[in-house]
Amino acid sequence: MSEAIRIETPLTQEKVKGLKAGDNVLISGVIYTGRDAAHKIMIEAIEHDVDLPFSMKDQIIYFVGPTPAKEDQVIGSAGPTTSGRMDAYSPKLIAEGLTGMIGKGLRSPEVIEAMKKHGAIYFGAIGGAGALIAKRIVSAEVIAYPELGPEAVRRLVVKDFPVIVIIDHEGNNLYDIGKAQYKRA
Amino acid sequence: MKEILVEEIVSAVEKLCIGANYDLGSDIMTGFQKALKEERSPIGIEVLERLIENAEIAHAERVPMCQDTGMAVLFVEIGQDLHVVGGGLTEAINEGVRRGYDLGYLRKSVVKDPFERVNTGDNTPAVIHYDIVPGDSLHLVVAPKGFGSENMGGLKMCKPSEGLEGAMQFVVDTVERAGGNPCPPIIVGVGVGGTMEKATFLAKKSLLRKVGNHNQEERLAKIEEELLDRVNRLGIGPQGFGGVTTALAVNVEVYPTHIAGMPVAVNIGCHATRHIEITLQGRVI
Repeated sequence: MSEAIRIETPLTQEKVKGLKAGDNVLISGVIYTGRDAAHKIMIEAIEHDVDLPFSMKDQIIYFVGPTPAKEDQVIGSAGPTTSGRMDAYSPKLIAEGLTGMIGKGLRSPEVIEAMKKHGAIYFGAIGGAGALIAKRIVSAEVIAYPELGPEAVRRLVVKDFPVIVIIDHEGNNLYDIGKAQYKRA
Repeated sequence: MKEILVEEIVSAVEKLCIGANYDLGSDIMTGFQKALKEERSPIGIEVLERLIENAEIAHAERVPMCQDTGMAVLFVEIGQDLHVVGGGLTEAINEGVRRGYDLGYLRKSVVKDPFERVNTGDNTPAVIHYDIVPGDSLHLVVAPKGFGSENMGGLKMCKPSEGLEGAMQFVVDTVERAGGNPCPPIIVGVGVGGTMEKATFLAKKSLLRKVGNHNQEERLAKIEEELLDRVNRLGIGPQGFGGVTTALAVNVEVYPTHIAGMPVAVNIGCHATRHIEITLQGRVI
């Protein structure tokens, strides 16, 4: 696999434009979590002009609902959830300035269009590798919607968090590229 | 006639819920190793290596291998000569799930109502399939099911004229549509025949079979091999990033059906298709 590219958050437009589908990336810095229910509330907040839990500009959101942490852990098992369930919400957050999403699985044409228009990246983390991924999370703090339990919005500090660029800002898609390369009649 | 106390059932279910989420089956680990030798995609190889490492960390550090610790699905075989004492069997199983998900630091992912979506807070109720069998023991299988893969399943009420090829094409199409969503390499469970709910039950139950074990009927074993080859030719690969390892196994189970129909169900299991079992013996009254 290609040599890992290290990036620090915030994920500015300059950094977005430097990454392409298939790149192996290690992310360090602050990222935020959110999944189904949190996304629904955040979209309602935008529609009603209420403040979001964090400013979306140049930020990365990780679609995850971790297991509870044991006493000596920062966070429990923390692999990505299926991103497609966030497709209904992601274009609005991208329009608010969100530049990175981490998840797994396919995205809708509407999300990809928003990514191309505003400049955003869809990263893949390894689905199901929650025990391994948790080791790269340095700290975790619930910052909004604690009532949602595993779906609450958390502020994570990560160090060398391993991801792969699935869809880049030009819409190049590793799912299509990789599949075409290994498809046999 | 023998009897078994509900406390024993509660305790067994509690341990099985935890064990299933911490310890990946050795058959799947062997499947990963075999796939590593065959995989050609560099990203695919990297993914397989990380999945092995992840399962090793979960086992050694006693943490869940995946954050989706699933809805608890149980397959229960109760001997017709066994008497459960001290409470109800279903409540005992749910109490075991409640305790296991709490003590094991497992994620509670169950919502009380599919529309209102308020978390029950204890991962109950479980989905329980009962089967009454001869004998006087209680066989429990706990199979936590994550919904990244569960959401990708499908059912087609095929016409008899579609035949074997129609059924196989539906399986391949379902896997292709799922792409990277269900966390490949996957286990594909296929149930054909019966009624619509019987087919989906068989598809789910077939996921309990060990990777590498084929259907004992040679005709069906051949169909499994052909389906595995066809889904691995799709190119989806580990995590959908491209490669020759899309599935580790395709398991097919069939049941007699009606002259007018051919239900075909596909239940996809992720690379962490978890299941663990125990047989509890009753005591003589």
